[in-house]
Amino acid sequence: MIQARGLQKRYGSKRVLRGVDLDLPRGGFLVVSGPNGSGKTTLLRLCAGLALPSGGTLAIEPERGRIGYLGHESLLYRDLTALENLDLYGRLYRVPERRERIGMLLGRFGLWDARNERVSTFSRGMVQRLALCRAFLHDPDLLVLDEPFTALDGEGAELLDRELATLSGERTFLVATHDPHRLAPLASERLALA
Amino acid sequence: MTGYLADVATLARKDLRLELRARDTLPAMLLFVLSTFVVFHFALPQGSGENAAQGLLWVALVFTALLGLARSWAPEREGGVFDGLVLAPCDRSAIWLGKAAAVLVFLVAIEVVALPAFALFFEPLDGAAVAGVALANVGICAVGTMLAAMAAASRTRELILPLLFLPLAIPLVVGGVGSAISPEPGRYLLFLALYDAVFAIICWATFEYVVTE
Amino acid sequence: MSSPNSRVPALAALATVLVGASLVLVFFVAPEDADQGISQRIFYFHVPIALTAYACFGWGALKALLYLWRKDDRYDLESYVGIHLGTVFGSLTLLTGSIWAKASWGIWWTWSSNQLVLFLVLFLFYAAYFMLRFSVEDGPRRSSLSAVYALFGVVLVPVSFFAIRLASDFIHPTVFNREGPQMSGTMFATFCVAWAAITLLAYVLYRVELAGKRLDLSVRELREALA
Repeated sequence: MIQARGLQKRYGSKRVLRGVDLDLPRGGFLVVSGPNGSGKTTLLRLCAGLALPSGGTLAIEPERGRIGYLGHESLLYRDLTALENLDLYGRLYRVPERRERIGMLLGRFGLWDARNERVSTFSRGMVQRLALCRAFLHDPDLLVLDEPFTALDGEGAELLDRELATLSGERTFLVATHDPHRLAPLASERLALA
Repeated sequence: MTGYLADVATLARKDLRLELRARDTLPAMLLFVLSTFVVFHFALPQGSGENAAQGLLWVALVFTALLGLARSWAPEREGGVFDGLVLAPCDRSAIWLGKAAAVLVFLVAIEVVALPAFALFFEPLDGAAVAGVALANVGICAVGTMLAAMAAASRTRELILPLLFLPLAIPLVVGGVGSAISPEPGRYLLFLALYDAVFAIICWATFEYVVTE
Repeated sequence: MSSPNSRVPALAALATVLVGASLVLVFFVAPEDADQGISQRIFYFHVPIALTAYACFGWGALKALLYLWRKDDRYDLESYVGIHLGTVFGSLTLLTGSIWAKASWGIWWTWSSNQLVLFLVLFLFYAAYFMLRFSVEDGPRRSSLSAVYALFGVVLVPVSFFAIRLASDFIHPTVFNREGPQMSGTMFATFCVAWAAITLLAYVLYRVELAGKRLDLSVRELREALA
């Protein structure tokens, strides 16, 4: 699904990635770990297609509409409701049976009751859950998740664990985390950035 | 094609909904343009001639538009939504077009009040003048939305947008004032239409490069 | 890397010679204009400088287009240097035009000179280019924004030209009209020498600045790699 050789990313004269190799087969679950500033976020942005590499090769098999991304920011409009946000993305991604799918995801992540509340009223954990709904919304083949457990409380983390466990065989995952042990049972490959 | 237009409509609708909810930009623009008219009254010495007022209308419109444009991408900046839109499979130019369409609606909404107010305070506007405003609106929104997205990437966001926008707005002002005061407005209206066409095409073609890394 | 730059010193020498020659021609050889007298001599420099400015902006836009197409950082640097030089020559155009206006009509500035007004607008536009460029972090984003803006600039030139034409009447003396240059043989020859001199000077400056900036970049990259 993703293949990278000698991947480099520079921002001006600052080198963030210096020659990373990566192989992620279909159905795989790659866990990327490393300290702050090691370039995890940059690597994930490159793999999601948000940035172009400065050097090396990067081949990403799924096209843009088949990739789901979760970043450090929520990618949600603060003044729209949960429902409106998901409806917007649902339309842009041409999600079939949009309403049913949105309803189902909101239910699965415990946000159904808050569906008509604006995101600006959400707690940090709820925002993260909604962001996860957004990432999963169009049933992507490849999921690129940057520290998905951030800000999730116990219940939220359990919900996410369940989702990941359900999907890990059928979908491909690239997950960056501070805590690689949590995902150890699911991981099929590992990459540690210096 | 219908998919493209549907995306543009989805995005424009979102902007209209956000403004209706927040109600901060439109009232500010309206108050600004009316205040500017009052300032103009005091700034225009007696016997300045009727053409001076027409020129000032355009100054007011350009700076009011700048006010609105400066905040046009604010909702996308807040949640990092820009990334979300760039990731979506829609054509990147649709993002620009949807936003420009929404800004156009806002500008027209302001002008529905501002133009009659101008006619009331200063002097009436004929059909050619209004046509000039309408055509220039398209250019202002197309170029302004594009430049606002570029300015959003800059450290000095609000400072730099006027600097980027004003040189490009000069031809629009020429066209607008010309259609109001010239006995042959046709040339100026045609010029405005050409400006709109040329710059809209450039914006449409290059927006992709402004939002991707 | 040494071979492309080895011709530059020779070209610089040639440029100096040509500029010297054109100065001599302009002030000592070319006949005095009946209408405007000695002030008209600045025209021999003013027009080539203006044309060179246009050429630099065009060059900058071309490199910008190449950058957007190929995403090679080389083009970004070349575009930047082209536009920088264009802005310098644009400022000189305003300066020489102003001197000409003072000498010809007794005023330092006039709005009825379309060429001057056009350059004023372009100067504002490209000044904003630098403000934009210096307020964005170095990287692909900055290069893309600069390139797109440079393309806007090159479109603005004809658009502004027509706008200014529509806006005011035309006083600037014509250089070339449909029957050919309104200059005698000697005047035309002087003009051509001056034009060649300015163009070569611009080219040399371009190469020197580009080489300097590239060196800068290499040093920074080395420093980064060693860190």
